[in-house]
Amino acid sequence: MQFSSGKIKPHVGWLALPFALVFFAYFVLPLVLTIIVSFWDYTDYAIIPALILDNYIYIFDGCFSNEGGLCLTLKTYLSTFFFCFFTWLITLVLGFCVAYFLAFYVNSIPLQVCLFLVCTIPFWTSNVIRMVSWIPLLGRNGLVNEFFLSLGIIDQPIEWLLYSSFSVILALVHLYTLFMIVPIFNSMIRIDRSIVEAAYDAGASHRQIIFNIIIPLSKTGIIIGSIFVVTVVMGDFLTIGIMGGQQLASVGKIINTEMNYLQFPGAAANAVILLIITIFIIYVMTRFIDIRKEL
Amino acid sequence: MFRKNTFGYYLFLSIFISFVIFLYGPIFSIISLSFQGPDGGLVFPLQGFSIHWFKELWNGSGLVDIGASFRRSIALGFLVMLLTVTLSVAAGLAFRRNFFGANILFYVAVASLIVPSIVLSLGIALEFRIIDNIILWIGKSLEIKQIEDNFQTSLGMYTSGFGAQLTWTLPFGLLIMFAIFNRFDRSFEEAAKDLGASSYQTFRYVVFPIILPSIIGIALFGFTLSYDELARSSQVMGATNTLPLDLRGLTTTVTTPIIYALGTITTAVSFFVIGLSLGLVFLFNRRKF
Repeated sequence: MQFSSGKIKPHVGWLALPFALVFFAYFVLPLVLTIIVSFWDYTDYAIIPALILDNYIYIFDGCFSNEGGLCLTLKTYLSTFFFCFFTWLITLVLGFCVAYFLAFYVNSIPLQVCLFLVCTIPFWTSNVIRMVSWIPLLGRNGLVNEFFLSLGIIDQPIEWLLYSSFSVILALVHLYTLFMIVPIFNSMIRIDRSIVEAAYDAGASHRQIIFNIIIPLSKTGIIIGSIFVVTVVMGDFLTIGIMGGQQLASVGKIINTEMNYLQFPGAAANAVILLIITIFIIYVMTRFIDIRKEL
Repeated sequence: MFRKNTFGYYLFLSIFISFVIFLYGPIFSIISLSFQGPDGGLVFPLQGFSIHWFKELWNGSGLVDIGASFRRSIALGFLVMLLTVTLSVAAGLAFRRNFFGANILFYVAVASLIVPSIVLSLGIALEFRIIDNIILWIGKSLEIKQIEDNFQTSLGMYTSGFGAQLTWTLPFGLLIMFAIFNRFDRSFEEAAKDLGASSYQTFRYVVFPIILPSIIGIALFGFTLSYDELARSSQVMGATNTLPLDLRGLTTTVTTPIIYALGTITTAVSFFVIGLSLGLVFLFNRRKF
């Protein structure tokens, strides 16, 4: 986005003030307070202003000694990265294919808009219900198990379909593939069609067109989509909680649990570490692009 | 642009169709299961056909007061929708010219979209807990009896809850405004100015009608994202529960199709709002030409 200094001159900067105030009160200040409180002390019922490192020391307790394998924190982060990686990989491939179909195979604009909306509408419905709706399909007596049983492929129901890493990743893909489709589609429709035509006329195969033209030119969309999916999964506690049957670990769930036990400074310290890791991931990804050019 | 009837076309077409089935299949399975008879269970096959579970839901049989949280969620959704539309349209207009802090504000809004929701939820909860402590301290030191005896918490739907949701809806509003104004033909406005229109008149009679379809789009985001929001508001609603919060609680306790009936109803509300908004967008877009 370019801020032009065109002919329309009334000074309207103040119009952004209410918008800015909301973000100050409900975004900037809470994050600053989280960092401050992560150094506070606490008892069972109160938080006490202080400047201590105990919350951080507790998190990394046992992480730097070589006894007894990995510490809890590292295990949790590994589990979170595991969900992140597979969700990212699947949403990327799936989102790319769907965006590619919409951008290059659907010629009529109204049909394109219509199919794009078909992909978008579930985003405006309830996430919890979208998770619950997998139960009749994946449960012990669910449709998938019944189907395989009736075909004789299996003798007894598959147990790992629901409340497992599988169902968590499935639900995450179900919920968040849209975050890939939108930015990738947005990049793809900006690709100059004549470049693709030229490659085609020069004898490039379909595979060569995709890998040497489409993917490099949709790089920005791919990275924006990846940032969305990775950050949303890094902080996830609802999907991993509900679809994992409250049995699987994630960083978001640790923070959520600590809050339920009113251990706010401990939760804050975990949140700060999660935030630092998330910012680092985003920083690495944005080295490749300029987000503002895309709008 | 690629030729149809090739291998590539059928490959990507089948991926697309499978994706749409994957997207909508589960929701239709719970809609059909919610219309079972009284013997119905959580899985297929369907046991009869009735609206038994909707009646049960209506009578509130044993559940938390779903009706109340449903009304609360609708009310909150409207408030968030109004604020999202007003604040992001105003900010969108401001962003057309450079102003002090424009860059920072843009990055803060985008950062708000990608900061983990649980972190923000924690931060807002902390903020209001600290406010609680300050209020209690004031009450104690000034010996205000009302505060000392009755004050519980400042956390609530209309203090912390709506703010948490706005950090999720406003960035979408701003991005939509950016998207319109980047493609906006300024000559319409300049023509209006040249013909002697005031700033207000230019906005009211020229800019506003052009951006109206997008404003409805922002309203759609504002309402639906608030109505279903859970991650950010999970820690900051205070004593009251919204519908998504109740729903999450029910996922672990309810073992009858009543939860599917509830899912069918919330989905119907969402679909109604989406249909209405898209219909209006379509209508206003047609009228323009």
